[in-house]
Amino acid sequence: MTAELRTTAGESLYPRLEPLLAQIQKPIQYVGGELNAQLKPWDAAAVHWALMYPDAYEVGLPNQGLMILYEVLNERADALAERTYAVWPDLAALMRANGVPQFTVDGHRSVADFDVLGVSFATELGYTNLLEALDLAGVPLHSVARDESHPVVVAGGHAAFNPEPVADFVDCAVLGDGEQAVGDITDVVKAWKAQGRPGGREELLARLARVDGVYVPRFYAVSYADDGVIASVSRTRDDVPAKVGKRTVMDLDEWPYPKTPLVPLAESVHERMSVEIFRGCTRGCRFCQAGMITRPVRERTITGIGSMVEQGLKATGYEEVGLLSLSSADHSEIGQLAKELADRYEGTNTGLSLPSTRVDAFNVTLANELSRNGRRSGLTFAPEGGSERIRRVINKTVSKEDLVRTVTTAYANGWTQVKLYFMCGLPTETDEDVLEIAELAVEVIRAGREASGRKDIRCTVSIGGFVPKPHTPFQWAAQAGAETIDHRLRVLRAKINEDRRIGRSIGLRYHDGKPGVIEGLLSRGDRRVGRVIERVWREGGRFDGWSEHFSYDRWVAAATEELAPFGVGLDWYTTRERTEHEILPWDHLDSGLDKEWLWDDWQDALSEEEVADCRWTPCYDCGVCPTMGTEIQIGPTGRSLLPIAPV
Amino acid sequence: MARQPDGPPPPPTVQKLRIRYAKRGRLRFASHRDLARALERALRRAQVPMAFSAGFSPHPKISYLGAAPTGAASEAEYVEIGLSVRCDPEAVRAALDAALPEDVAVLECVEAGEGTGSLADRIDTSVWRVELPGMTLDELAPAVEELLARDVVVVAKRTKNGLKDIDARPSVVSASASAGAGCAILHVVVRQGTPAVRPDDVLAALAAVADLHPPLPPRAVREAQGRLDDTGTVADPLDPDRTAGAPDQEAHATV
Repeated sequence: MTAELRTTAGESLYPRLEPLLAQIQKPIQYVGGELNAQLKPWDAAAVHWALMYPDAYEVGLPNQGLMILYEVLNERADALAERTYAVWPDLAALMRANGVPQFTVDGHRSVADFDVLGVSFATELGYTNLLEALDLAGVPLHSVARDESHPVVVAGGHAAFNPEPVADFVDCAVLGDGEQAVGDITDVVKAWKAQGRPGGREELLARLARVDGVYVPRFYAVSYADDGVIASVSRTRDDVPAKVGKRTVMDLDEWPYPKTPLVPLAESVHERMSVEIFRGCTRGCRFCQAGMITRPVRERTITGIGSMVEQGLKATGYEEVGLLSLSSADHSEIGQLAKELADRYEGTNTGLSLPSTRVDAFNVTLANELSRNGRRSGLTFAPEGGSERIRRVINKTVSKEDLVRTVTTAYANGWTQVKLYFMCGLPTETDEDVLEIAELAVEVIRAGREASGRKDIRCTVSIGGFVPKPHTPFQWAAQAGAETIDHRLRVLRAKINEDRRIGRSIGLRYHDGKPGVIEGLLSRGDRRVGRVIERVWREGGRFDGWSEHFSYDRWVAAATEELAPFGVGLDWYTTRERTEHEILPWDHLDSGLDKEWLWDDWQDALSEEEVADCRWTPCYDCGVCPTMGTEIQIGPTGRSLLPIAPV
Repeated sequence: MARQPDGPPPPPTVQKLRIRYAKRGRLRFASHRDLARALERALRRAQVPMAFSAGFSPHPKISYLGAAPTGAASEAEYVEIGLSVRCDPEAVRAALDAALPEDVAVLECVEAGEGTGSLADRIDTSVWRVELPGMTLDELAPAVEELLARDVVVVAKRTKNGLKDIDARPSVVSASASAGAGCAILHVVVRQGTPAVRPDDVLAALAAVADLHPPLPPRAVREAQGRLDDTGTVADPLDPDRTAGAPDQEAHATV
């Protein structure tokens, strides 16, 4: 960027951005001014946060994590938080040509002016977008090249539980819940600035490394053995923890965020308001990283949820409320909650929805209450595995009969659309396991037509390729290659179409196996993978979560060339099964799960043994509660929702 | 026979309100769909008692009239809403204005006059004002004259199916140029129709006839919409409703 184009810190770039907006697609996503957006004066805050969701605005805006931190930080008098999202290539090109840097949508301030750039990684496919944003911001890509004038780049979100592939690019990673961690980080940055930035950036990072839940990769050295595996991970300073533990917010009722959810003008992926009804999950699905790293279960109470729904609807005007969690029908008060919310909003065309429902937790009464005042949308179930055998492997046990009965009940009660989620490429999976998905779908349509007396019912089968994730029992598993996934999807499609009279009622949605392979590389990668990410970005890689932008060939070529000097490669990271005592890149990052328990659970998976939920059966010693000093917080509370006064 | 939800049908529409609103500032970058979403949510936040369609997927009764293109500002966008409870139009206007973003202003709200016909029938023409930053009146004025002197001006218009050649000239009712602060201003009255001729197309026509190329992105504002009469005047489309007055019925509910 040329010197004369530099602005004073915190100055709005909008006058320079506006002429560019007239030349691009969907300019509304860059103008800000959403309902409930906040804009504070720059000089009033001691610590400035730019919060980034490294994907398109329409995906990033509804993100709950970012919305929560935005409010929590802006509630502090000494802090200011603004949002920034990945910029599409059409605008990025114009910004480079006109010297306009990466900006926040709230104040259109240069991201480089902020003290902290917090990036929330829900998926690893956002890594190239981080590099693009840093480059557009004029911030050096590499942590070591930054000085005290640059923002501290902090990674959060589920992918931050293995930030090693981006260790060169981020300054720190926050493990676990962010609500309290962002406050602690703000305190540290504020004090360091007030003291005149003693010791420069190194000292600031060292102080941050002592904050609970904050991992600073530069203070840990990794060495590799001749066969490519990690030989050791060691601290380079005595004053940082040997193992970094995650943060856990207890008593969610005390953190009722977002209180005033953002409502965009632009269309977003979720046209509804969301209320998180509990955090964590102990169902123990072995593929599910979210369920493993967010333990224990912490429920919001029925009254806490009721007031969040009430306040949020008033603040947004949304006509649908999503009751969000990893398995919402498992909330101890879900039946009462759905009924009493439906009573409250009777006659207001306000619908309720759950993201998806466990087959064994579904009942028609609940589903009817959810749609009583709103639009009756389709139902979504996630059996995940096609055969009973594979469902035992992944610990999501439900019998075929129960599945068919549940879905048939839904059809019989007037639902005409049912979506079923499955995964393909699970450990020990064979073609037969996947082909059972077709049998199941056919059976569901057959029984559904009979039960409902209708021909126009539909079942959509959605399939994703399984990607083994860190901190799960499947972290040791060999990932299925793209060819295997593609082959199984092919035979599945043929099987579904065998009988057109049934097959035409079944929709099949899937992606080819290639993006999953790259996600696998990034999920279980180590620091050596950073070179691959950087190269892909330099060669034009952006928006890897979007099929029209994702280039498998570019990733494969970059991985081959950048990893060869280390004697490893794409397959080594993905389709290779790990051994019990291999040092995994994230072993020094503590989700609370006991590694031995994870291994035993992996062995149980291979012998198709199930484990029951610890909410209703005795503790199975996963390790989280004692390690983290936490406990399960569930109801029922015995309280109920009173009608709200009509307005 | 289509299935219907259990329970009584939704309450009927008892009052129609016609609204003129403006989109200004940053929200000129909002598309029609963006504004429609914002309006629906604002109606809910303002607790306007909307009438809904029947069925499993009830929708509020809202009719939109031809929207200004994304990137163009407007002082004259129109929408008609159906209410299930009679309300004071001015109270609805104020409540809706407060609930919408700052850059969307609800300028007028009148009750649809009985027997006055549809609002769409009263709108066939747009009055545009297009600021051309970095351009002088001396550059613009002759180009406008040249445009008006032609009978046919073919321009390439971007459509869903790629570029398509259209004759932009017949839609241009009148055009003139004036000088503004650091810009020249094009005033143009355009008849609506198919293919729709928008400010961009008029600028393309100026480029075609006079090689006029604005150095900076132009800023268009729709100043008015209405029916073009024989004298070349664009009539205010809400006039018939104002003249007819509200049907004399029971007292208005408060919003």
